[in-house]
Amino acid sequence: MRPALVRDATREESDGVVLDGVSRDLAVRWFRTMALIRAFEREASRLSLAGKIPGGIHSSEGQEAVAVGAITALAREDLVAGTHRSHHHALAKGLSPRSVMAELFGKADGCAGGRGGSMHLVDISVGYLGSNGIVGGSVGLAMGAALGFHMRRHTAVALAFFGDGGVNTGRVWESANLASLWKLPLVLVCENNLYAVETHIANSFAGESITRRAAGFGLPVEVVDGQDVAAVHRSVASARARAVAGDGPSFIEVQTYRFDGHNVGEVQKYRTKDEISGWRDRGDPIRLLDRSLNRTFDVLPAELEQVASDVDRVVADAIEFAEASPWPSPDRNGTKGGNDLDAGQ
Amino acid sequence: MSETMTLSQGYRAGVREEMTRDPSIFIMGTDIFIRGGHFAQVLGLGEEFGVERVRDTPISEAAMVAAGVGAAVNGMRPIVDLNFLDFSFGAMDEICNQAAKIRYMFGIGVPLVIRATSGVAGGGAQHNNVIDPWFAELPGLFVAVPSTAGDAKGLIKSALRLDDPVIFLMHKSLSGARGPVGGVEDFVPFGEAVVRRPGSDVTIVGYGHSVTKALQAAAQLAEEEVDAEVVDLRTLFPLDLATVNASVRKTGRAVVVDESAGYGGTSAEVAAAVQHASFDYLDAPVVRVTGSRTPIPHSPPLLMAAIPQVDDITAAVASLRRR
Repeated sequence: MRPALVRDATREESDGVVLDGVSRDLAVRWFRTMALIRAFEREASRLSLAGKIPGGIHSSEGQEAVAVGAITALAREDLVAGTHRSHHHALAKGLSPRSVMAELFGKADGCAGGRGGSMHLVDISVGYLGSNGIVGGSVGLAMGAALGFHMRRHTAVALAFFGDGGVNTGRVWESANLASLWKLPLVLVCENNLYAVETHIANSFAGESITRRAAGFGLPVEVVDGQDVAAVHRSVASARARAVAGDGPSFIEVQTYRFDGHNVGEVQKYRTKDEISGWRDRGDPIRLLDRSLNRTFDVLPAELEQVASDVDRVVADAIEFAEASPWPSPDRNGTKGGNDLDAGQ
Repeated sequence: MSETMTLSQGYRAGVREEMTRDPSIFIMGTDIFIRGGHFAQVLGLGEEFGVERVRDTPISEAAMVAAGVGAAVNGMRPIVDLNFLDFSFGAMDEICNQAAKIRYMFGIGVPLVIRATSGVAGGGAQHNNVIDPWFAELPGLFVAVPSTAGDAKGLIKSALRLDDPVIFLMHKSLSGARGPVGGVEDFVPFGEAVVRRPGSDVTIVGYGHSVTKALQAAAQLAEEEVDAEVVDLRTLFPLDLATVNASVRKTGRAVVVDESAGYGGTSAEVAAAVQHASFDYLDAPVVRVTGSRTPIPHSPPLLMAAIPQVDDITAAVASLRRR
């Protein structure tokens, strides 16, 4: 694959994804989780615009294959750190749609008890170290978690998702340097969706390519089609194998596309409708997989329609759950103007 | 309390005891394995505990604090040694937006100590920032500033058993200050100020090197038959206002000293709390003695004028006595 800075927005429709060596079960699981994320994001977007979700959200629609391909290549105890756009990471890592939706609502049964919100999802019990509202912030946290695994001689890896915006922050490269120097079990996954908020990568990035920059820190690098769940999976599986073998961190640039605006409801003047529809029509990761499932495993459209209606039900249930969940009690906050020992807790 | 050592040695002795007890404790920072840090604060620990647990890092403050935060939430108890507190500017997001927020938002403890040498001494404007109260103001962080060797040892031992991130500050001018230290089982708890010198006429409140100056001021005042009580805050968060107010209610007068530029800061926090809680006991307004609003200069006379001196404290006390 050419190490281009920008995957062509008017991409050719590919034949779908290559599923060689992938079991039918895994491929159908990919489809289910990606469909779940898509359904979740559409409903969350609707509820955000309707005022049910305070504070706005960042939809991951279009980037489902990145989270699903990467995270299904990990073990449950591997730790994942996400970004401000992280609903797909959280759901793929195994947070329940109920706990994520309730968190978006700010309710007591949310995964962070309503203290976090869309940009601060977490569930350490399933290895989700949390979404991070600061661009590039996930990388340092995952690097430190990898140091924890390394020092405890515990065979597991940490994976950080971050974006094309993150690669222009100093903290990402300070951490990449340290991880490479110490050969930490870390997988760095850059979701290059071309836009940091509204700024196109061509207007923000100097140099030939993101991976060339990463290679300068001694990291093995790969560029992957982020709309191809199987390709993402293969790449992360190899990176994980290197990490647990003691060969240190890897850097993967997944080239993907954000179907929605930076935040839901945003007026988009920085890209054309044609560009967006080009990706939606020809680069939809779910449709690409759908086609291959049919061709490779004889999965019938009826089966996939069943999956689609199942996930719709799961999302409807999550909304009902979030609606019914109580508001968290302010009693659990630190004392206002206070000075008590528990204020930090 | 038996053995006598410097504040720096007291810190090191506390770290050593806790590292011996708890294998999850390790140190990260620049120039610490051989040199023992820029203030020899962990001299010898490299040889004793090895390169894994006394880890030299590149000069990448954001990465070293991030490494500490990530390791802290994944089973370890790191001490990130920044050498100079001024270098925290390069890691401010990691300290304030990551370390300080995780316990509240995610319900995961962050047993991280960030140690730095702080306070004003020689070295000019970029190595002498007084930003101690910034950290105390931020929900989620604990801040310790020992003024004695015994407190350095006892407080670091407590810090290494907390599940919240601690900013642990050691004043440059106190590195060599000698004093008795406690044993393996002696701890100084967070949130307990101490009366360093009992007195009945006026309360002088400070922390870090300001306590040393307050004690010198109190000794001079005693010659003028003014009996000053000196309260050492020891931790800026939690802040032990009960001890401060008990003292002020006894003396009726309060002088609060810190080295900051006087806009906000610890002395303002203490002054506000005292006037609120002890208004009816005050015979005079609370007076603050702070630094002047200037970056820290190099030239000794300029430097002396920029931060509170013993004479400034005695003058402040005298101004209260006249009321």
